[in-house]
Amino acid sequence: MADVSPIRSYISGFLKPFISTATAAFLLFAPGAASFAAEPQAIPIPEIHRVADIFQPLSRPAELLLEPTHLVLLICFGIFIVVMAVLAYVLIKFRPRGPEDHLEEPPQVYGSYNIEMAWTVIPCLIVFVLVLVSARSIVEIQDQHMPEGALKIRLIGHQWWWEIQYPDLGIITANEIHVPVSSKDGKQRPTHITLESADVIHSFWVPQLAGKTDLVPNRVNQTWIEPFKTGVFLGNCAEYCGTQHANMLLRVIVQTPEDFQKWVENQQQLPAEPKDAIAIQGKKDFYDLSCVSCHKIDSTPAEGVFGPDLTKFAIRQTLGAGVAANTPENLHAWLHDPDSLKPGCYMPDMKLSPQQLDSLVAYLQTLK
Amino acid sequence: MSQETIIDENYRMPEPVRVGEETGSLTRVFQQLVFTVDHKKLGLMYIGAGLLFFVIAGFLAALMRIQLAFPNNQFLPPDVFNQSFTMHGTTMVFLVGMPLAFGFANYLVPLMIGARDMAFPRLNAFGFWVFFFSGLFLYFSYVGAPGLYAAGSAPDVGWFAYSPLTTKAFSRGHSTDYWTLSLLLGGIGSVATALNILVTVFCMRCPGMTLGRLPIFVWCMVVLAFLVILALPCLSACQIMISLDRYLGAKFFDTQAGGDAVLWQHFFWIFGHPEVYILIMPAFAITSEVIPVFSRKPIFGYPIMVAAVVAIAFISLGVWAHHMFCVGMVSLANAFFVTSTLLVSVPTGIKIFNWLATMYGGKLRFELPLIFCIGFLFQFLIAGLTGVMLAVAPFTWQLSDSYFVVAHFHYILIGGLLFTIFAGIYYWYPKAFGKMPDYKLGLWHFALFSIGFHMTFLPQHFLGFLGMPRRIYTYQDDRGWDTMNLISTIGVAFQAAGILFFVFNLIYSYIWGKKAGDDPWDAWTLEWATTSPPPEYNFAKLPVVKSRRPLWDAKHPEDPDWKHE
Repeated sequence: MADVSPIRSYISGFLKPFISTATAAFLLFAPGAASFAAEPQAIPIPEIHRVADIFQPLSRPAELLLEPTHLVLLICFGIFIVVMAVLAYVLIKFRPRGPEDHLEEPPQVYGSYNIEMAWTVIPCLIVFVLVLVSARSIVEIQDQHMPEGALKIRLIGHQWWWEIQYPDLGIITANEIHVPVSSKDGKQRPTHITLESADVIHSFWVPQLAGKTDLVPNRVNQTWIEPFKTGVFLGNCAEYCGTQHANMLLRVIVQTPEDFQKWVENQQQLPAEPKDAIAIQGKKDFYDLSCVSCHKIDSTPAEGVFGPDLTKFAIRQTLGAGVAANTPENLHAWLHDPDSLKPGCYMPDMKLSPQQLDSLVAYLQTLK
Repeated sequence: MSQETIIDENYRMPEPVRVGEETGSLTRVFQQLVFTVDHKKLGLMYIGAGLLFFVIAGFLAALMRIQLAFPNNQFLPPDVFNQSFTMHGTTMVFLVGMPLAFGFANYLVPLMIGARDMAFPRLNAFGFWVFFFSGLFLYFSYVGAPGLYAAGSAPDVGWFAYSPLTTKAFSRGHSTDYWTLSLLLGGIGSVATALNILVTVFCMRCPGMTLGRLPIFVWCMVVLAFLVILALPCLSACQIMISLDRYLGAKFFDTQAGGDAVLWQHFFWIFGHPEVYILIMPAFAITSEVIPVFSRKPIFGYPIMVAAVVAIAFISLGVWAHHMFCVGMVSLANAFFVTSTLLVSVPTGIKIFNWLATMYGGKLRFELPLIFCIGFLFQFLIAGLTGVMLAVAPFTWQLSDSYFVVAHFHYILIGGLLFTIFAGIYYWYPKAFGKMPDYKLGLWHFALFSIGFHMTFLPQHFLGFLGMPRRIYTYQDDRGWDTMNLISTIGVAFQAAGILFFVFNLIYSYIWGKKAGDDPWDAWTLEWATTSPPPEYNFAKLPVVKSRRPLWDAKHPEDPDWKHE
């Protein structure tokens, strides 16, 4: 078990055709994706990894999962080949030969103690190996102690969006987790995530960073990531959580430590006061309408906690937990009728007038 | 006037015609179905009802596949999609898988052990009708639920209905109540039938039919019945607890009031995992009958085959939490359930090897039942191996609740169970109807259905590798999932065409099929010793058995089986 690299290359060779299909599909749609990257305050947005292939992990827990995965794939592939070869041999060797073949019955064999013993013991040995490898991997990942300096994040699942808190930094945001890149040698700090839920069970799954851990109400679960490459990583809620389970998308934005620091500083400042007349009107509308009962904007009377915190809304890349890119047009459509983008979501259609829509969009655009 | 004079000597009282016994009356057919307590009729009714629900649930699946064929598709709205997968799963497990198993058990167990009927014929009829009404009740939710107070419609909480989605706060209206009550009702019928099977096998065997001579089919059904009796009451308890939560303010699973969401998962899967083995049992049962007959050899290693089935059932009671590797159990618990789950693969492997060994050295006859069983061996092997992968918790941390899991259990339930159900139907069709199923139509059925099946479910393994979660009604066009989803949907058309050939074959052969005779396959178990179709009393004279293959002994007096036991 010391070196599994030949196994890895073997398996990835076996999977290559399928992965390249996926990559081709990705390239096909990549141009359309450019519109997603809204430019916030000159902090560069790293490359988006759209195809979340579990065989190309870019972070430590996901990478640690690969070793037992490759081993079990290899063993199962071996068993498959052997048993299929036997089946094919049997089907060819003992096929019917001519119409008179059936006149005589073949020799009647009732069993063989030795043979049956062999195919009981050998699987037991394989099981033994797999149990040991899995147990080691489980302990290594699950019982990992986080160093003191780890970035702490509290991730809270809601129907159907993610609330993200940085308790040590005083930041609350939604649907997009920003973390600094770590390094394989462990010199850069990893990120420790506690998982909670406000309503039903959700599940955190960003395949290239870490395997799943559920967000269970009345419980606090833990996971951690240690990404060693910058990029935007996509994930989905992976436990059925109601009508809009499909559009409960999550992005993890892994930045260089410097960019991450810039993002943190930006988050810790209040957004500038709107200057345009229309945006000022939008701010007034925001407080006059009932937006404030669900949404929060720091140091204003908007104190709602049912919906996502909007303090730095304009910096986010997407709307409605990833359902659309955060562009003025989409925001317009979203405010006009949230159900048109995300049917069944809990944000109500506020029956806004066209003027209110324009002013609210203008105001929300200033929240950076 | 004396009394004699008014009596007409030639007058005869007419025979009273009882309601529904008018000749050719539809009422009469209906009456025969409703009032029958004959295990063979009930068996066929179970299978017929199971196939009916199979077509309905298959239709729901086709709708979902159309929705997922393209990214951002607008074919189904999200709530309808969620109702569809809930109804599809619930139907396939409770209204298709279990009734088909009970149907085969009902029809064949008494015949195979040389009995004249099940031990409790009326309980048998009761079990069928309770199951059937529970199915109708579940589907009544589509029309019934919106009409009642606080509108809802078909249940949309998924077939494992994780709390707290089922609590009042997250499931308003009555859709969840339809789900709960329907399964509670169905559970009663299932337990009744399972008890009946056990009593029949233990008390009604013909002279000489010791437990060691039972056909493996009967052994599998005994194990199935034990599992039903152990597992189904857990489900019923779960359903009662949800109802208490919803209507009497109990707080078992209501997390808003301090209930425990994970408790539901434990309770449900303590039922749910044995349930999976309940569903696969008929596959083991049918394959163990078909492969020996069409290889012209006795089953290889009878004692170890029986032991393997018992071992699988026993271990299956202790593996439930492998459905819960992601809920945050401690590492020791995770490691324990990895171990117990991997252990299941040992007896399962033994079964596959013994079936291969049965074919080895035989003279294969590629009739329809054997062809479907070979398909089963191939697909069940793949399903078993993906099952081994999913037993390894680190692998499952990536792939649980992804399309890989969907592919895995469809390889078991379609590639494994359904293929053997087809094999079983083709194998015993001549016995039940006295006509041979058409070979060519059957081959078309096999070819189209196999192609469609692999097209639909093989790509789903790779969708799982690319991070596609299950139960999503739509996906964006940039995740690399488009092509494989489209292939998967196209496969459905092939499957549907295969099913059409199957249904057509059943009707065609019933009308125009060749006469079968009592023993068309030259088989060895007792059901082939009576006429096709068997009379209501099964055997005019109860058979006396000396070995595991009574008809072999009769056909080969020079080398009977009992010399080798």
